[in-house]
Amino acid sequence: MFNNFFHKMASPKYFYRISGILIPWLAAGSALLFLAGLYYGLVKAPPDYQQGDSYRIMFIHVPAAWMSMFIYMVMAGAGAIGLIWRIKLAEIMAISSATIGAWFTFLALVTGSIWGKPMWGTWWVWDARLTSELILLFLYLGVIALYNAIDDKRTAARAVAILALVGVVNIPIIHYSVEWWNTLHQGPTVTKFDKPSIHLSMLIPLLQMAVAFKLYYAFVVLMRARCEVLERERNTGWVRELAEKT
Amino acid sequence: MTSDSLLRAFSLLLKRDLTLAMRHRAEMINPLLFFVLVTSLFPLGIGADPKLLQAVGPGVIWVAALLAALLSLEGIFRSDFEDGTLEQFLLSSHPVSVLVIAKVLAHWLITGLPLLVISPLLGVLLGLPADAILILLVTLALGTPVLSLIGAVGVALTVGLRKGGMILSLLVLPLYVPLLIFAASAVDTAAAGLPVTAHLSLISALLVLSLSLSPLATAAALRISLS
Repeated sequence: MFNNFFHKMASPKYFYRISGILIPWLAAGSALLFLAGLYYGLVKAPPDYQQGDSYRIMFIHVPAAWMSMFIYMVMAGAGAIGLIWRIKLAEIMAISSATIGAWFTFLALVTGSIWGKPMWGTWWVWDARLTSELILLFLYLGVIALYNAIDDKRTAARAVAILALVGVVNIPIIHYSVEWWNTLHQGPTVTKFDKPSIHLSMLIPLLQMAVAFKLYYAFVVLMRARCEVLERERNTGWVRELAEKT
Repeated sequence: MTSDSLLRAFSLLLKRDLTLAMRHRAEMINPLLFFVLVTSLFPLGIGADPKLLQAVGPGVIWVAALLAALLSLEGIFRSDFEDGTLEQFLLSSHPVSVLVIAKVLAHWLITGLPLLVISPLLGVLLGLPADAILILLVTLALGTPVLSLIGAVGVALTVGLRKGGMILSLLVLPLYVPLLIFAASAVDTAAAGLPVTAHLSLISALLVLSLSLSPLATAAALRISLS
């Protein structure tokens, strides 16, 4: 039964129907959590004793940075699935993720530098995590450029999958090389599980925002994938039927 | 298919590429000239203060080496792709990844090794101390094969494209970052008179990692580019 489910999900027609049902729920959930997270983060959470109100940008910055890494992993994972089992849908998911990931990376960089201006006194420092985020952006842009350069979209998707996998092997290497090279960024404060050094009143909105971002990504990636599915399957019966109905 | 015939295929391929390179010497010399030219532009651009040059020297030489390698990368597969030899490689009964290693080795001997030979001269021009020049040589010896190996993946992905050059640099340069960091800082550290074993170990690790993984990725990418 489980197997059957995956086979069904891999069929573009079935995917199109299920994703159509899921999208409104994901969008609504994301919007609700955004509102809650922004309210608790911007209004309810107390100002930081050192950074004052400037720290509040972290409610956007931190989830965006998490998403930038997460989406790259999803992209590489989906790409690998597409390469190994030749599942078209996985290829579509991989490439639909690339642009969103690039924007999240860009958002993380921009919010980081807006925060850096009052805190560090400069828009940009060659700090380790900023630099590795910048390189991550370049990796995303490489993926997008390669996909756009190859005319045959199935070949393009497989080429992109290989590039994403090479990137995944390199991300930790790049990360640590840059870390040893230079570091100024504050250490992680959330992932210390035993005793997070962030207060609960700030942690809750942060997690709300993180989940909101995840849902936002899920619904946008599904919408993009639906478009891609329609475009690729435009010569099949079910897409024609769909087009005639509307 | 015995390992004997694989070895033979490997050495024949290597010999063929080297012979081809010897017949087109200009292609060999151009990246080298580029390397020297770019490096000598820096003193003109930032001023000839010996202290300044010594400080930026390792980075400058390594960035120039990176760009020179990038310039010559397309040569690994381009002509073989155009005349159909590449398809024959894929059709042959030998593992493509081994043939890829032969191609990359040939490419390194043609373009990487000359950089190595000329780099002490550039080190002297930029006023690096003798110890640092020695380490520069070691880092280049360990690092330029990494440039060719990682580059081969990028070339294999872009070889079928008409304007692959620009995209190639976008794909490959971010992946060169760790090597650049470790190598340049090794030379810097050596210039300051400190031990550099850690840096050299890390560069060697990069070499081993890329030697074991990149031929596989290159072979897979070639199959996609030619499909």
